[in-house]
Amino acid sequence: MTTPSTAMNIIHTEKSLYRNILVYEEDEQRCMSFTRHNRTARQSCQSLDEPDQFVFSYTKMMMGALYLNPHPRNILIVGLGGGVLPTALSRMFPDAGIDVVEIDPAVVKVARQFFGFNPNPNVRVFEEDGRVFVKRAGKSSQRYELIMLDAFDHEYIPEHLLTREFLLEVKTLLTADGVLAANTFSSSRLYHHESTTYQSVFGLFYNLRVELKNRVVLAKMDGLPLRDAIERNANLLEEKLKLLGFGGDWLMPLFSTDRDWNPDARVLTDQYSPSNLLNSAF
Amino acid sequence: MDRFFIFLIAGWSGFFVMAIELLSGRILAPNFGNSIHVWGGVITVFMLALALGYLLGGRWSLYDPSLRRLALILIAGAAAAIPVMLLGDPVLDWVFDLIQDPRYGSLLSATLLFFIPTTLAGMVSPYAVRLLVDQSQLSGHLAGLLYFCSTFGSAAGTLLTSFYLVLYFEINQILTGLIGISLLLGLLTIFPGNSKNASRQSV
Repeated sequence: MTTPSTAMNIIHTEKSLYRNILVYEEDEQRCMSFTRHNRTARQSCQSLDEPDQFVFSYTKMMMGALYLNPHPRNILIVGLGGGVLPTALSRMFPDAGIDVVEIDPAVVKVARQFFGFNPNPNVRVFEEDGRVFVKRAGKSSQRYELIMLDAFDHEYIPEHLLTREFLLEVKTLLTADGVLAANTFSSSRLYHHESTTYQSVFGLFYNLRVELKNRVVLAKMDGLPLRDAIERNANLLEEKLKLLGFGGDWLMPLFSTDRDWNPDARVLTDQYSPSNLLNSAF
Repeated sequence: MDRFFIFLIAGWSGFFVMAIELLSGRILAPNFGNSIHVWGGVITVFMLALALGYLLGGRWSLYDPSLRRLALILIAGAAAAIPVMLLGDPVLDWVFDLIQDPRYGSLLSATLLFFIPTTLAGMVSPYAVRLLVDQSQLSGHLAGLLYFCSTFGSAAGTLLTSFYLVLYFEINQILTGLIGISLLLGLLTIFPGNSKNASRQSV
């Protein structure tokens, strides 16, 4: 969250069914944000000089999923934003099939128009609810080697995308050695509930945190790889990640399996999922 | 005392409907998402069911109306909500496989699960008006009072469910509580001593 300065230059606004989308330029960056109050939740930012460089910590941490599988051939991304993740992944792996699910057609439009997001036969966009897509895909034979959940921001959580049942459906969609990366953001007491929920489905996971508000969960279907395996993959990927503006020296130290949450926090389920209430400060 | 129960039933029925409507969005979300069209489907079904309920409730009030029968409507509405808990998942999964488009999927699911209990809840208000009114010049006043109770109950049901109940309870626990209170209120109303025929008393 940030308070845009007066130097902020609004270049596009769009009202969608779900939100107001604002595209603005500030400090040599072009950003997409979802609210127009003093406090805006920045969804996605791109450097104007070097559009390939990642701006946010959380997108860098999401790429940490590649340390668990350095060559994913089928990728599912739930939540588009400015399309930073699918754009980078399709450049790194031109042959990979990337499916992106985004509920809001207006976000897809803005990502294409202002953030260079470019769907093609290998990068497909599905404009629908992530939960419906995952449930439907689970009933087909479609499976993914990497699934990235990126549908949350600080302000709003689609509660049906943070339940044990949903994560079990996601698990069904992963290959036997599939990798999950989830961007979850939480720093409130939701953090504990979210942690026990992920743990109940995926067991041990890598928990990457920076700047308190950014949190990425990384899990693997056939068990978490050990540190030296991750370091090997980090070396393999170093050149490619450097093009995005970071590398193993930044990412590796974040890989942690420490449990810094209350293990007794109630698991979130379809029956019990007051995520936004738990996330609000009270 | 009869009037007290009539207003109480109308108010509780309003609470019941809105609490269930809010939970219905939750119940449908795992299969159909919570896009705006899912809410559109839910609200449409509830409105249509209430509309039909008003029609039926008013019609039924022509035939020997009584407080006891009003209580029976309440009990029937609660009983009709029980399948939401028992059959909810299989019905939702069946519709999910049957219909690809989440708009029509949520519309059909909401119809199957919520139409009957909501119709019965809709019958309460016009039926209650019939029990209250004995002089035509008071009819507007009494209908106003009754709508006040019913809609105030709806507001309370909306607020309590979305602000607090979902924070402490599972959906099925909340449903059980709602159904339990309806049954209890219905039985208390029917209980001997309160079973006088309201229309006869008021003539």
